[in-house]
Amino acid sequence: MTAARLTLWIVQIMLVPLLSPFFIGFTRRIKARLQNRAGATSFQPYRDMWKLLHKDEVISEDASWLFRAAPYLIFATTLVIGASIPMLSTALTNSFTGDFLVVVYLVALGTFFLALAGIDAGGGFGGFGSSREMLVAALAEGGLVLSLLTLALASRTTNLIAIAGNIGSVPLAGYAPVALAFISFFIAMLAETSRYPFDNPATHLELTMIHEAMILEYSGKRLALMEWAAANKYLIFLALGANLFFPRGIAGTLEAGPVMLALLVLLLKVGLFSAVIAVIESSIAKLRIFRLPDLLFTSFVLSVIALGLVS
Amino acid sequence: MDFFSSSGVFYALIAVFLAGAIGALFLRRKDSAANIWGNSLAATGSLAGLLFAGASLLHGSATAFSLGTSFPLLTLTFRLDRLSAFFMLTVCFVALICSVYAIGYVRHYYGKYSVGVLGFFYNIFIASMILVMTVHNALFFLIVWEVMSLASYFLVIYESRQSANIRAGSFYLIMTHTGTAFIIVSFLLMYKVTGSFDFETIAAGLAGASALMKNAIFLTALIGFGVKAGIIPLHTWLPGAHPAAPSHVSALMSGVMIKTGIYMLMRISLDILTGSYWWGIALLAIGAASSLLGVLYALSEHDLKRLLAYHSIENIGIILLGLGSAVVFSSAGMDTLAVLALAAALFHTLNHATFKALLFLGAGSVIAATHTRNIEKYGGLIRYMPLTALFFLIGAMAISALPPLNGFFSEWLTFQAMFQGVTAFGLTTRIVFILAIGSLAFTGGLAAACFVKAFGITFLARPRSEAIAAAREPSVLSRLAMAGMSAAIIGLGLFSGVVMRLLEGVAGSLGSLRGAAPPGSAQFQSVSIENGFARISMPVVFAGIAVAFIGVMAAVYSFTRKRKTITGPTWDCGTRLTPRMEITATGFSRSIITVMRGVLRPSSETEIEYHDANRYFPKFGTVTMGLRDIYQPFIYRPLRELTAMIARHVRKVQGGNVNAYILYIFLTLIGLLILLDVGS
Repeated sequence: MTAARLTLWIVQIMLVPLLSPFFIGFTRRIKARLQNRAGATSFQPYRDMWKLLHKDEVISEDASWLFRAAPYLIFATTLVIGASIPMLSTALTNSFTGDFLVVVYLVALGTFFLALAGIDAGGGFGGFGSSREMLVAALAEGGLVLSLLTLALASRTTNLIAIAGNIGSVPLAGYAPVALAFISFFIAMLAETSRYPFDNPATHLELTMIHEAMILEYSGKRLALMEWAAANKYLIFLALGANLFFPRGIAGTLEAGPVMLALLVLLLKVGLFSAVIAVIESSIAKLRIFRLPDLLFTSFVLSVIALGLVS
Repeated sequence: MDFFSSSGVFYALIAVFLAGAIGALFLRRKDSAANIWGNSLAATGSLAGLLFAGASLLHGSATAFSLGTSFPLLTLTFRLDRLSAFFMLTVCFVALICSVYAIGYVRHYYGKYSVGVLGFFYNIFIASMILVMTVHNALFFLIVWEVMSLASYFLVIYESRQSANIRAGSFYLIMTHTGTAFIIVSFLLMYKVTGSFDFETIAAGLAGASALMKNAIFLTALIGFGVKAGIIPLHTWLPGAHPAAPSHVSALMSGVMIKTGIYMLMRISLDILTGSYWWGIALLAIGAASSLLGVLYALSEHDLKRLLAYHSIENIGIILLGLGSAVVFSSAGMDTLAVLALAAALFHTLNHATFKALLFLGAGSVIAATHTRNIEKYGGLIRYMPLTALFFLIGAMAISALPPLNGFFSEWLTFQAMFQGVTAFGLTTRIVFILAIGSLAFTGGLAAACFVKAFGITFLARPRSEAIAAAREPSVLSRLAMAGMSAAIIGLGLFSGVVMRLLEGVAGSLGSLRGAAPPGSAQFQSVSIENGFARISMPVVFAGIAVAFIGVMAAVYSFTRKRKTITGPTWDCGTRLTPRMEITATGFSRSIITVMRGVLRPSSETEIEYHDANRYFPKFGTVTMGLRDIYQPFIYRPLRELTAMIARHVRKVQGGNVNAYILYIFLTLIGLLILLDVGS
């Protein structure tokens, strides 16, 4: 049993960084299809990363050690988060870092250093990217915390993996707050993962970019790490959305069969989520920055209502 | 152990502070001697206080001792229960670090201001804070409270050649005395019911008092101590006064002096009285407002020390969220949850003392090196002051509640306490808790935004003024002090389970919570709340981040070690980059301020002078951005006008006619005699 547990732990830790580039590529591919383009294969991000890792690196002469250390730290936080969330089996409990507040604040830790790294090179783009990122991150926090709290109260635990195990047994009447919380979470998720209508992941236009502006000065291996960390964050939020709100399919044991099945179901669910995001990105326009708070406050209010309803 | 917690040690350490104060005054002709004498005795006294308070805290049971005086009603009673010991520990720890820092820091006052006078008031200030936390008699309390207020007032106006400091000091003096007036009323109400000034007797005697009387006592105490704690809307003195003082004093004022208000609010609402529901709701509302508004005002500041001062208001708000929850739980008889919430408030009190002191010390080093408090003039300091930058970064991460540091754990605990409030109560109370949780969540995010600004604009990118290149690290002792505080922040995060257990004991020793079951299990390796409703292990969070960080670094290094790293200029779009092209602190926070314009009322004035009459070619332009003050016109000015009006009417009584005055005396005498007759 311990051997199975250990194996699954290793799988769980590796899962996020191994799968995340695929879903970035998959989302891009669906977007390309919706735009009547053939698009690159879903595996293109792996090739990009491979290429970047083999290139020399240019670092700004104005940048300090913080700029050099930030990519490693940001990537490290996504690894810790990846080990703290429900992925394949709810039998793989994590009572150390699995609390949802730990995950939310680890995300904030990554954002904090990302924003600092954006300022560090002293370019105009990076600074404004940081400013916008902190605006969006700060305002998304309320909806994110309260939507996850709704789930926590409905399933009587703040541990994310335990929530995924318990939420399935919530009585049907309890689904109204969960549904509201899901909309709230979804909005916060789009904000946290730098997606439409908050940010355009494909842009390098100075007027609109947020995430891209902060990593503009990076190149080579550190750029690869930054892109990869962003992909990890994307997969983390998709997996949270898929496994917390639609826990069907997640294994309850450590046995190989159900876990393999759970992996397949997870791929399907997360693939579906990416498809939805791709459709959203192809069908709506990006909002101007001062309209974003309205959407984020909507997310907050929705989860306040959800919390009022939860019993 | 018992030796340290004996009364002799206590009197001795107060004597050390007095010797430090008086000695510094005698040595005032020689700046360096006054500095070393005053600050090293302050450090010695604080160290002794640290041992004394630590021993008393571990000792468990309360120790009491007293000195009689020849004045009626006034005995100098001291009582060290766990709450007092905890607060005294916090004061002494921060004072120890600040005193060590000061030995190096005060040097830049040599020949400018009297170092002896600084040493005098500094020692008196620390001693009076210790006394405030330990005395057990209301009259004696008022005396030491007043000494503390006056000593801090003189420290605020220490740099007396700047008129702004005198103004800030005067405003502080008025506010703090208004607060004291309310405190006196509160104590007199207690005396009226119980006939005693001794806190122990008061607590016993107040049990049967009417609800109206209890409410009056609480409300006057809330206003009185709220002024000192800096709750919104009584905070207006704080952002002026704290930055005006020398930085090590700012650290003490923001880190621990405002906590004297929190200490007495805890004492009165949960120890002397038993909390009632509405007090808790009021405290929650004040806490939510103070935390959210405090951080928003901080965002709009670009004076580094004022920014930190506003964050004190924010953190007082977070502490009050914990305290308010505790009072609500206690009023509903859920003592176990009240212990949880109060432990969260206590933990945040301790944590805020550590990181706010560190941030003020770091800010002091920056200001001493650059001679300006304006963030817009900094930039790139990480190259000239690498250690100060590192310490400031640790402080900034802790105050932004980022794991794995101590600020994260106490906010986590506060969150958990309020989560319990959502599950335990009916809809009305639940909504209050939900909104409080929401405000804490937004506060955390906005605090992170604010400290990205504060750290990023100060330490990163290119210097924005010439003075930066001359900036150097502070002296060895100052660096050592900041290193010690950084270690405490990391240690409190790592050992939060152990500290938590200690604080549950402190919370459970309060009068109305005595004998409550602990809210879960708190151990070094993990903390669990309410039968596993929530679990966390700070050491694993810490180790997880560290191992992942090192692992990623090693993996990437081994994979890419053949690749070169070249340094080159930042992408400049073809023009030469100047410091003016970097983002400014104003620009950084302007978008958030614009979003919050409904609350913050930002103002912006543009003045442009033109070369020509057609207004095509501007000569130069100025833009003034700020926030409109909503407290002066809507709260303070009406109050001031009311006071002036009353004074005008009262003046009629004082006509200058001696006969009339004799009549007043006569009437008063008659009145008193009648009162006496009715009373007996």
